[in-house]
Amino acid sequence: MRITCPYCGERALDEFTYRGDATVKRPDSLDENTAEAWVDYVYLRDNPAGPHKELWHHGAGCHAWLEVTRDTVTHEILDVAFARKGC
Amino acid sequence: MAGRQTNRLRGHGLVDQGTTVSFRFDGQQLTGHPGDTLASALLANGIRLVGRSFKYHRPRGILTAGSEEPNALVELRQGARREPNTRATTIELYDGLEAASQNRWPSLKADLLSLNQLAAPLLGAGFYYKTFMWPAAFWEKLYEPMIRRAAGLGYPSKQADPDSYEKTNAFCDVLVIGAGPAGLSAALAAAKAGARVILCDEDFALGGRLLSERGDVDGESGAPGRRPRRPNSSPPDCRILRRTTVFGAYDGGVYAAVERVSDHLPVPPEHAPRQRLWRIVAKQAIVCAGAFERPIVFGDNDRPGVMLAGAVRTYVNRFGVAPGQNAVIFADNDAALRTATDLADAGLTVQAIVDPRPQGSAAAEQVAAGTGALYLRGVIEKVRGAHGVRVVGVRDNQGGTRTIKCDLLAISGGWNPALNLTTHLGGKPRWDDSRACLVPGDLPAGMRVAGAAVGEVSTEACLASGEAAGAGAARDCGFSPSAPSRPAPDRQIAPATPVWQVETGRGKAFVDSQNDVAVSDVKLAAREGFRVPDHVKRYTTLGMATDQGKTSNLNGAAILAEATGRYLGAVGSTTFRPPYTPVSIGALAGHHRGTDFRPTRLTPSHRWAEEQGAVFVEVGMWMRALMFPRPEESAQETVNREVANTRAHVGVCDVSTLGKIDVQGTDAAAFLDKVYINGFSKLAVGKARYGLMLREDGFAMDDGTTARLAEDHFYMTTTTANAVRVSQHLEFCQEVLWPELDVQTVSATEQWAQYAVAGPNARAVIAALLDSGQDISNDAFPYMACGTFKICGGVPARLFRLSFSGELAYEIGVPARYGDGLIRAIMDAGAAHGIAPYGTEALGVMRIEKGHAAGPELNGQTTAHDLGLGRMMSKKKDFVGRFLGEREALNEPARAALVGLKPLDPKVRVSAGAHLVPKGADAVAANDQGYVTSQAYSPELKSFVALAMLSNGPARHGEVLKVCDPLRGSETLAEVCSPHFVDPDGERLRV
Repeated sequence: MRITCPYCGERALDEFTYRGDATVKRPDSLDENTAEAWVDYVYLRDNPAGPHKELWHHGAGCHAWLEVTRDTVTHEILDVAFARKGC
Repeated sequence: MAGRQTNRLRGHGLVDQGTTVSFRFDGQQLTGHPGDTLASALLANGIRLVGRSFKYHRPRGILTAGSEEPNALVELRQGARREPNTRATTIELYDGLEAASQNRWPSLKADLLSLNQLAAPLLGAGFYYKTFMWPAAFWEKLYEPMIRRAAGLGYPSKQADPDSYEKTNAFCDVLVIGAGPAGLSAALAAAKAGARVILCDEDFALGGRLLSERGDVDGESGAPGRRPRRPNSSPPDCRILRRTTVFGAYDGGVYAAVERVSDHLPVPPEHAPRQRLWRIVAKQAIVCAGAFERPIVFGDNDRPGVMLAGAVRTYVNRFGVAPGQNAVIFADNDAALRTATDLADAGLTVQAIVDPRPQGSAAAEQVAAGTGALYLRGVIEKVRGAHGVRVVGVRDNQGGTRTIKCDLLAISGGWNPALNLTTHLGGKPRWDDSRACLVPGDLPAGMRVAGAAVGEVSTEACLASGEAAGAGAARDCGFSPSAPSRPAPDRQIAPATPVWQVETGRGKAFVDSQNDVAVSDVKLAAREGFRVPDHVKRYTTLGMATDQGKTSNLNGAAILAEATGRYLGAVGSTTFRPPYTPVSIGALAGHHRGTDFRPTRLTPSHRWAEEQGAVFVEVGMWMRALMFPRPEESAQETVNREVANTRAHVGVCDVSTLGKIDVQGTDAAAFLDKVYINGFSKLAVGKARYGLMLREDGFAMDDGTTARLAEDHFYMTTTTANAVRVSQHLEFCQEVLWPELDVQTVSATEQWAQYAVAGPNARAVIAALLDSGQDISNDAFPYMACGTFKICGGVPARLFRLSFSGELAYEIGVPARYGDGLIRAIMDAGAAHGIAPYGTEALGVMRIEKGHAAGPELNGQTTAHDLGLGRMMSKKKDFVGRFLGEREALNEPARAALVGLKPLDPKVRVSAGAHLVPKGADAVAANDQGYVTSQAYSPELKSFVALAMLSNGPARHGEVLKVCDPLRGSETLAEVCSPHFVDPDGERLRV
């Protein structure tokens, strides 16, 4: 598999490490009514067949965290963007 | 005595008959010629019997002339280079080659284990599961070793491989896989258009079937002896890799190939690898892998001398070898008739052409007449000849039988496209009724298939389809290929009438001869309810092992379809996965073996430590000094001395391997508040603080100290093992969780050399290094202070008053290039104060004596509460791990928490990993209350001591427990105590 880093260009898979779902949102830890949201955030993940937004770290390159849209069925990479918005 | 090559056809073939090379097979001295394979050379010497089968030890010969060979597996070479299960059909002959047959005892001709054949009724499909079920305990001790001895293939060398392997990467526009007519034509078309082309072929000669067939190509003779034509006098950008098998297709146009660089030589030349693994990234790929001829299955079809008809042509036309003198042809297609013609033209006798097709064939009748052979409409129903075909039995359409004497039976049931690479990414082949074979279905992006691999039959059609694919691939890469020079092939072909198997009486009819799977096994599986080819494969082993069923899968599927009354096109076949042919582990590992398995990291003062006679230990790829033994000292004596000297005088330890992360920005303090459980905003400039990081699930991740060098500048340390992980975590926090914070982090681990100077005399040593006018008195530079100083005549150094040992201590850091100079300066400055270096073992002893948590306690299962650091968790701020870290279950007293342990007998070592049960209780899981994490001998207490995680531990100081280590068979009693064994109030730190 090849990932096109927006900073470094097209690179081999072994330069990157996978973290997982990029769509989960970290709840507010100071709000006591977020227990269920925290369990969801830390433990529960969907396992979609098809396009999936996921986080990859370009550890052997620019060290950027990337939001990669990948089709989990075909492994086609549909989009790569910096995870830090506005970059 | 050298063999005479009795079956060599003088003047025939592409081998260099003017040069003779010698080789040995089972100790027999034989000869062949350059250009031979081991198989062709064996046949030239009249050797047909080359091995015994896997399960029944039946005599086996050579079925094919390529990498699909199921039978002719041999052990190649000797000693450390011995390689089992190599295919004689692909081994390139070299002078001095040594090979041995496999799976026979005591010899190939008199194999005692062939008695297994008599037990065949017991050894059917699934016999492992059925016969050796009971009693269960017998499996490991008796059945499995017994089966392994009787069954199986060759034996590997048990010595280390003396050769090297390497890996490389290549990038191209168009990758062409296979250099037969289609591949050559495709590579030529793509390269002419300007594309950068890589052309790979597993063979040592280019040409594919062109090497094996006679006939004209573009008006040039294709007769044997003609050299293969290379693509148009080397196009400018076509890299040709011979002896290179593309064995896997991966996502994103990535292909893996193995090049057998030196396998055709006795030993690799100096500095050359034996094999090279290629990772090829191709914008477009064209699979021109050709096709596999398939057999017809009938009784005793595994006798040596039964050979695929196309392979017979290869031996005659390419290698100039007669696989037999008297041949019978048994084929369901007219293409195989060429075999009769080629044999006859080579002066060999064709006794009969046996045609199983109900409608017969006028062409076959004509060829029979032309070659002086009988034309018989019927089937082969038996084969006789213990070590090779002697007689075949034919049953004709009218039910009459006759026998024919022959020593070669050439068989053909049609051809299967070699579509393996098209399915590696999940593509499903499609059944083609008119060709009676599976053809490639949906292809991955950027892949084309051409030639026989897509079902083309004639050379002209292969050339045309290759050219079209090559031009198309070049076009998709942005080039403008010229119009095709060849007319589109006529795709109207006569529908095939495949004959998969012949119903016979007694002889075992083998579908998969490598795994000894017979028709009866497939039928048994069908009766037992197996309907899917992939399931039948796993139950019967059909299609497993080194050939992965290249000559057996479809026949197996056809027999399954018939046995279950289904249409073959709906039954399909098994799934092909990489690798296409076996790949050695050495090639996959490349240079990453032994000490080169991972990189080795050395600290700036490594050479100095070596000079001191340090013993090293690998930690997080770093080589760290474990201890500095003196002559005649035992390891324990060394550690005791290093600890005692540090506590009494002063010691120095290289801590450069700790992870160091530079954190800068106006929000740097706010950022650290988010990643540590305790606060850093209020930390004064010029001070350092211990911090603990959690994972978001509330468990401890890492710890270390962070110093504030300026309002917006912090310097963090992590444990050696977690440096990379913490760095990645901080980047995640900064870029994904809190992108609004103005903060940047960067690893500085390798930029700084850092040393801990610890002991009562530490201040005197550091003071001696400082340039004049700088004050590090206790008032000016108290415990936990940090700052930048000039040392040794102007070198900038960072000084931290931190202590892991519990003594008055400093960590002093300088840019890495000064590391070696600094350690020597410290040793010089410390000489008058009794300095001695200490290693990680003494460091570990002192941190255990002080009750500091380290790797064994930060084991991914402990929380801040468990480590006795629960009170550090801020209640006021958000930080990683806060919410789930506060879960009731993670804070309840019954959880195992950190304690110290003192054995009642101070001379008894408490082993790490031992479990704690109440005194007097049995050492069973139900009584388990905790476990020992770290242990050491404390020179200060003159006793062994340990750290442990104990349920409700902090409330149980003084209690005596049993420490059980069933693994090492020890039990001892120990008293629970505070983990702070030495100087519990920390008075030594602050002097």
